[in-house]
Amino acid sequence: MNFAVTDIGAVLPEVIVAVYACAILLIEPFLPKGRQEVLAYFGFAALGVAFYGTWNLMRTDLTVMNGMFVLDPFGNFFKLLLYVAAAMTILLSMEYLKREGIDRGEYYAFVLLATCGMMILVSASDLIMVFLGLELMSIPFYILAGFKRFEEKSLEAAAKYFILGSFSSGILLFGISLLYGLSGTTNLQALALHLRGAELQNPAWILAMILLVVGFGFKIAAVPFHMWTPDVYEGAPTPVTAFLSVGSKAASFAVFLRVFIEALGGIQSDWRFLLIFLSVVTIVLGNVVALVQTNIKRMLAYSSIAHAGYAMIGLIVGDSLGIFSLMIYMLIYAFMTLGAFGVVMLLRREGVEGDEIRDFAGLARKDRLTAFAMLIFMFSLAGIPPTAGFVAKFYIFMAAVNAHLTWLVVLGVVFTAVSAYFYLRVVMVMYMKEPDEAVQLSAPPGVVMVLAVAAAVVLLLGIYPSPFLDYAQEAVLKLR
Amino acid sequence: MVPLSYYVILSTMVFVIGVIGVLIRRNIIVILLSIELMLNAANINFVAFSHYLQNINGQVFVFFVLTVAAAEVVVGLAIIIALYRGKATVHIENINLMKG
Repeated sequence: MNFAVTDIGAVLPEVIVAVYACAILLIEPFLPKGRQEVLAYFGFAALGVAFYGTWNLMRTDLTVMNGMFVLDPFGNFFKLLLYVAAAMTILLSMEYLKREGIDRGEYYAFVLLATCGMMILVSASDLIMVFLGLELMSIPFYILAGFKRFEEKSLEAAAKYFILGSFSSGILLFGISLLYGLSGTTNLQALALHLRGAELQNPAWILAMILLVVGFGFKIAAVPFHMWTPDVYEGAPTPVTAFLSVGSKAASFAVFLRVFIEALGGIQSDWRFLLIFLSVVTIVLGNVVALVQTNIKRMLAYSSIAHAGYAMIGLIVGDSLGIFSLMIYMLIYAFMTLGAFGVVMLLRREGVEGDEIRDFAGLARKDRLTAFAMLIFMFSLAGIPPTAGFVAKFYIFMAAVNAHLTWLVVLGVVFTAVSAYFYLRVVMVMYMKEPDEAVQLSAPPGVVMVLAVAAAVVLLLGIYPSPFLDYAQEAVLKLR
Repeated sequence: MVPLSYYVILSTMVFVIGVIGVLIRRNIIVILLSIELMLNAANINFVAFSHYLQNINGQVFVFFVLTVAAAEVVVGLAIIIALYRGKATVHIENINLMKG
């Protein structure tokens, strides 16, 4: 056992985010009511400093803290994505919290703590860290989901998320305990060494693997572990939903990949069929059930389930191209989903929830730019060129074809066509229907900024994706 | 000395009881208790394996699990109390505003 002070340097971004979160909690009681949004700028500062730190550490590749924590380009790619997602969430929240009468400073602290959990998750190199990161991410999310604590829907979302989230943590933990018993270690690299060339006589390996798949499956919202998703997405405050569907999914995919490719890569033939099955049912059910939704947040929930199914293909393929396509998929998915939820938030106004699809009727007449932004996000979610969603699906399917999973690609493409129906229905409602009433939409600067950035990135990545692709490729080469 | 398999059978039984409890009980407090059972089943495993393998990592893991479980229960009970204030019930059949 040894501990070097220099190790702190590697975890500095996590430390910074956690310290800022604690500072927010300390300052919050001394601020007068109504001035809480000052703390949002604290949040930006934390994320900015952490971004700078990670940016400088970007190309380092080392394992610190006795093999507990790994700093590599793969993790840093996800961290940078998480900072951007968290900052955009805070931007979306500032006006929203005030309007809903829940402008409490703790909100920003919980966003930062959840971000810190995700950062630990993507850098975890030991099952202890995986568990701790997962919990540090989930517990603030339970609170955030119920942040509108005088609204029954929000509390119901929090209760459902809490029960199913901790249920899945329990399953995951039992799987981890079996892995520990079988291999005598919780370190991912040591597990990989243990599995190399070993004949797996003990069926407990398979059981442990299944329990891990169930635990991670809950977090990425794969069918049949998706039951919580639509209810939580609908009930939680919209910015929280956006962060949940982007940050938590990206971080969970990153750790899913690290555990299964890096540690359990030796028994890939055993978990491959299980994941293929999950991916197929996720794509099919996510897209088909989304067809009948009338609430946009529920529709986006099923859409996020379906996208988890597509992203899982990258994990199933599991070679460098598969990992690379998964990273690109998560990057693009983050921006288009944040943008779509941003538009949903603009429709929220006094007395009208604004999250039914019919609320979009005639949006193009009322607000041309917002409608156009939504059109970009919907096209991108459906995977229509020249938006980024097409690039994401293209690389995923290319990886699958290279791995001789052509039938999976055919299925994916067929259900992409199905998904176009419900994405384009929103566009149709916006452009072809007459508006119900002449109301002026509010346009808080934070939300507008998020929409502009998200739309710009979605178009940029769709037309000129190479800089992002190059970095992701480099990160993958380091991982292997 | 009690053989390892006894501990593993015990922990598996506790785990299965916890899972069944979560799935069939309708009172949120009881569901919370069942989730604690699942976490503690894993703890039994960790301690038993740790002793059997003469490796301290498992016992360290248990400390972390206990701490996390405490934090989780705090948040869970807070959510249940907030829910109870609004509805005066802790039965999940009555928590059904959203379906599908």
